[in-house]
Amino acid sequence: MSWINYTAIWKIVVFGLLAGAGLPAIFAGGLFALSRGPKVQTAGADADSDALVGGSMAGMIIAAICFLIVLAAIGWGIYEVYQIGHPAAPKVK
Amino acid sequence: MSNDVVLALVVITALGFDFTNGFHDTGNAMATSIATGALPPRIAVALSGALNLVGAFLSLAVAATIASGLVNTKLVTLTVVAAGLAGGIIWNLLTWLFGIPSSSSHALIGGVIGSTMAAAGGSSIKWHGLISKVIIPAGLSPVIAALIAAAGTWMLYRISRSLTDGARRHGFRVGQIGSACMVSLAHGTNDAQKTMGVITLALIANGSQKAGSNAPFWVILSCALAISIGTYVGGWRVIRTLGKGLVEIESPQGMAAESSSAAVILLSSSFGYSLSTTHVATGSIIGTGLGKKGAEVRWSVAGRMATAWLFTLPAAAVVGAGAYALAHGIGGTAGVVIDLIILLVVVAAIYWRSRASKVDHNNVNDSWSERPEQSVPEPAAA
Repeated sequence: MSWINYTAIWKIVVFGLLAGAGLPAIFAGGLFALSRGPKVQTAGADADSDALVGGSMAGMIIAAICFLIVLAAIGWGIYEVYQIGHPAAPKVK
Repeated sequence: MSNDVVLALVVITALGFDFTNGFHDTGNAMATSIATGALPPRIAVALSGALNLVGAFLSLAVAATIASGLVNTKLVTLTVVAAGLAGGIIWNLLTWLFGIPSSSSHALIGGVIGSTMAAAGGSSIKWHGLISKVIIPAGLSPVIAALIAAAGTWMLYRISRSLTDGARRHGFRVGQIGSACMVSLAHGTNDAQKTMGVITLALIANGSQKAGSNAPFWVILSCALAISIGTYVGGWRVIRTLGKGLVEIESPQGMAAESSSAAVILLSSSFGYSLSTTHVATGSIIGTGLGKKGAEVRWSVAGRMATAWLFTLPAAAVVGAGAYALAHGIGGTAGVVIDLIILLVVVAAIYWRSRASKVDHNNVNDSWSERPEQSVPEPAAA
């Protein structure tokens, strides 16, 4: 019996980085895409402006794709947790 | 039958522990959202409470492991469970009084281990399970969470660097709320399970249920409700420490912290580690301070927390062992009843003490000073 399960740690770090840092990064990418376009550029140097939508069609489509990827990944993650937590066959540890 | 009276008392005490678990840990999910103003405090705790309720039903994986993997269940009696719970509750409330986000899971595990050892000696503890499934993950999980949160924070600022400050704050608040909801869900999935495991253990000890069976539905439901109500009540002291004490947090950092916490908790649960959500959340928040240029981590606050973490298992174990010795010395139902009466007195005393320096949804976000007016004397070393 080993004291440290290296396989588990390795998996937690890699998948943790993908889900815990990668997904927020995709979300940030979506925000970036959303902010592209004419509106933000003409808004001037109002640093406190809350305006997030830049008005570029391509930007909005990319943003929508990014947000959908994040939502889909979360949905899949919850489904996986449910699957692991409710084993089909009665399993005694 | 007197045993049923004891069983009922144990179940009530366990639900009491679950309640303290809920309010001690509200901050793990919601502290950063409250600190950045992404959610009003009361809405935040209500949302978190509701999601804890859902999360408790989402997975039943951890419930069985918590007790059977750590102690020899054949040696566990109702008195042992009651004494262990007393240890867990007292440590949880003491750390809450001092605003220290310590691990409720360790408090529970420590209490049960202490009372089991007092009852049946050191050989009744599965030391390998304790070290490999509890202690080593407890040391590693905050580091991993900090790493992920630091990487996330760095990327979020990098990607969003062309956005105006206002747009960035606005955009990431949405993400922060979403990720905080995931942590609440993960918390319900992870922590509500621990009490379900303990109640199931009590049912097995009483002979009401076969060893190795799953938690009955009423146990799942009552634990889900207890942790959810506890979360809603909100441990404002701990929220304050996590949200304001460690790092001054902006919304991209909040999102990075919560995402990292949710990912680490959910992944680790699936590997059967009953991790402390508190350790993970604290690691994540420190990580966001490391990942942002110019952000400052208040290491003195972090150090105080780490000290409390080291003491959590042994301190709860000592209380658990003492409670067992007392109950066993008196014997029978009377012993358990007297134990629980003493527990109630201690709880009341701690609550009374906390009234002197109230932290609630009104002052939770006041700016942090190292010696705030509500500061209370340092806890003596357990």
